[in-house]
Amino acid sequence: MDTLVKERIQEDFQNRMDRDELENCMRCGFCLPVCPTYIQSGYDETQSPRGRIALMKGIVDGEIEPDEDIEQTLNECLGCRACEPACPAGVNYGQLLEEARDIFNQNKQHSLPERVIRKTVFEGLFPHPNRMENMTSLLTFYQRSGLQKVARNIGFMKLFPDTLATMEKVLPTTPTRKEMRSQSSYYVHKSQPKATVAFFKGCLMDTMFREVNKATIELLQKVGCDIAVPDTQNCCGALHGHSGEKEKAKELAKKNIAAFEQIGADYIITNAGGCGAFLHDYGHLLHDDPEWSERASHFSSKIKDITAILIDLDFHMMPLQMPEQVVTYQDSCHLRNVQKTFEEPRLLLESIDGFHYEEMNDAARCCGSAGIYNIVHSELSMKHLDYKMKQVKDTAATTIVTTNPGCLLQMKLGIEREGLSNKVRAVHIVELLIEAVDRRTSM
Amino acid sequence: MLDKSIIERFKNIVGEKNVETSSMSLHSYSYDATPGFRKTPDIVIAPHNTEEIAEIVKICNDHKIPLTPRGSGTNLSAGTTPLKGGVVLLFKLLNNILEIDDQNLTVTVQPGVVTKSLIEKVEAKGLLYPPDPSSMNISTIGGNINENSGGLRGLKYGVTRDYVLGLTIVLPNGDIIKTGGKLAKDVAGYDLTRLFVGSEGTLGIITEAILKLVPMPEYKKTMLATYEDIDDAAKTVSAIIENRIIPATLEFLDQPTVEVVEEYNQIGLPTDAKAILLIEQDGPESVVNKDIDKIAEICKELHAVTVSVAKNEQEATALTTARRSALSTIARLRPTTFLEDATVPRSQVAPMVKEINRIAEKYNVKICTFGHAGDGNLHPTVPTDVRDKEEYHRVEQAFAEIFEKAVELGGTITGEHGVGAMKAPFLKLKLGEEGVRALKNIKQSFDPNNIMNPGKMFFEDDEKGE
Repeated sequence: MDTLVKERIQEDFQNRMDRDELENCMRCGFCLPVCPTYIQSGYDETQSPRGRIALMKGIVDGEIEPDEDIEQTLNECLGCRACEPACPAGVNYGQLLEEARDIFNQNKQHSLPERVIRKTVFEGLFPHPNRMENMTSLLTFYQRSGLQKVARNIGFMKLFPDTLATMEKVLPTTPTRKEMRSQSSYYVHKSQPKATVAFFKGCLMDTMFREVNKATIELLQKVGCDIAVPDTQNCCGALHGHSGEKEKAKELAKKNIAAFEQIGADYIITNAGGCGAFLHDYGHLLHDDPEWSERASHFSSKIKDITAILIDLDFHMMPLQMPEQVVTYQDSCHLRNVQKTFEEPRLLLESIDGFHYEEMNDAARCCGSAGIYNIVHSELSMKHLDYKMKQVKDTAATTIVTTNPGCLLQMKLGIEREGLSNKVRAVHIVELLIEAVDRRTSM
Repeated sequence: MLDKSIIERFKNIVGEKNVETSSMSLHSYSYDATPGFRKTPDIVIAPHNTEEIAEIVKICNDHKIPLTPRGSGTNLSAGTTPLKGGVVLLFKLLNNILEIDDQNLTVTVQPGVVTKSLIEKVEAKGLLYPPDPSSMNISTIGGNINENSGGLRGLKYGVTRDYVLGLTIVLPNGDIIKTGGKLAKDVAGYDLTRLFVGSEGTLGIITEAILKLVPMPEYKKTMLATYEDIDDAAKTVSAIIENRIIPATLEFLDQPTVEVVEEYNQIGLPTDAKAILLIEQDGPESVVNKDIDKIAEICKELHAVTVSVAKNEQEATALTTARRSALSTIARLRPTTFLEDATVPRSQVAPMVKEINRIAEKYNVKICTFGHAGDGNLHPTVPTDVRDKEEYHRVEQAFAEIFEKAVELGGTITGEHGVGAMKAPFLKLKLGEEGVRALKNIKQSFDPNNIMNPGKMFFEDDEKGE
């Protein structure tokens, strides 16, 4: 990093970092025992929230230069935000991290290949639902045309890093374009009407995990919701926000706020912990934008996870049944630490006849998926995953339940890596709930 | 800046990857949990064992390089801040429980073991390691021994000192010595074990410890009493003890603390209460029930407004929430939180709390006081902002007066955090000139080159040849 870039970064830190928030960290260290990167690093202070905040403050105060080491430790943070509930002073670490990453990223000259990838992902793909559809269609074609079989047989995937090659194996069977386009924009309740909600469909959930979205809407109908699905909604922007592309995240946020304002629903329902948390934080994302701050806060106040509304509307009181089996739950970090939703999924699972729920040790610790962390920091991510799979195995569960697409894929990856694909499955909670309710009604 | 050849020698001892000299690492070990103190070290070293530490210490002694041992850096007296630069010595690789001895009821540990994990491991065997500092989730046992940490169970069970039976120590000249052992009785020579417990890393480096365990109490009960008058609460504390009952825990929260806790947590505490007592007893079920009934009776006799005994584990947790959330709530008020540990004989708790409130008014600072009423160890806590120089000065003045008052009432300047750099200016208050001189002579005989955690315990202005 040359001196000029360092100076620019420091200036941006001084202008943009929230000094009160930095000062609020009293360095008590309560965040250390819950931080996955601190533990994984063998208790290295530079890999802890307290350390990272001290480094950010050091740059603001001009005590240290922003260098590659610091950029790296900021990038190696999973962003799971487990430190936030543990913090006595209530420091908003996630917001500090996003701002700091954005500053480093905006002052950085990326290599050409990285520029192409970033542009494709952050500008070309995720913000455009139709392109996400095209991309998914390609995958569908790959999976269904026999190409996947051929690629596997000739060992084509061996050319890619291990994680990506395994990832290719565990991707769900994606829907066809026709299936993706068959979605309606309004669904009517199927029991006593109780609430009107809007559904945030997400981009991955809407394409690759279409089945999960379908099940979510069915569940909402069953508990008496009318559901609007505004078709002008967009990617939530979490991927951008976490990767130092804050301006693009703001653009997406504004589009989403505008799309949902017209509906006037009681709640905006999400089924992906990561997206939900980012939507939940729109209020902060746009807090210094006079035109949008209030609208953003209002939007954020309506965000609710599917598991939370199901509990509110007594879904768990319905008769639910599944074959006898041991089940465990992997928390979505953002659902737990930002949206504070962690009792609800457990309550739902415990209410199903036939399930023996077994809490895994450190269920709240990040599985290492963390957005695109498992691709860009593959080796570190796998260390977190290996720890997680050990905890899963200790429960003897045959079903791992998740509440976020990233965690779901990571768990599938873990099952594959451990050679457990014949014994253990990973599912999104709504897939399981719809199975449980259907099984009961069909009996 | 350290000479390159010396850095190489350190690398040869512990391996390249256990030596850090990047500006990021140096910055990250320049602080602990004490507000207002920071100094960048020259090097950070993580050794694997006693022998490596002895070699490192010899080099430091030969070249007069300052050396600061550091656990998790939860220190509240700046004891682990490397104020003179030099080496920060980490214990992250010395974090094993070496043995739990069921016959002698001891546990042998390395200093980097996190206190809570030690407690959990011995509890799984039906044994109890009683010292439970509030930082135990992250603090290390080495840090606890060096600071002689206390905790919520101190009244009945004592503090860290009461559980250290033997130590392995690297002296500042590189000698390795062993003190004590798995022994209940041992009078062979001076009691070096006791000298090193609470020595704040100024005399040598503790690299192994044998700790005493006790049988796990079989039953526990929790209760909460609220008062309109601090004196009544204080009289209750004395009356309980006079009735020959020693509760496991006897905690106190004053009105400013209760107000803040209630405002943020809405747990239904009476904000007009001038004081709250949280009381816990453990032991055989029949004894616990008898004690708790008697304590409830005493509370009512001494005009407690409400007395509630938890009916089950859940209710007990709800009651302890008030005490546990005290620090986290106060910390949310302002950016900087000063948590002190002025300590008085328990009969002086009420006068001390009143003095603290008077001092708060005099210097126009907010002080919330909570703490271990049973053992007189109070935590006057000030939410402030170090950036506000004028206010910060008033906070310093207020604390100086609090320490003076504590000593005047027969107390001390620190009950469980240690002297460190924070309280060094006040040590004289407690020990007098002669007392400080005696301590300095001890320091001098162990560490003539003053390499071990320099700048701590003794106030700079008193130091000679620094």
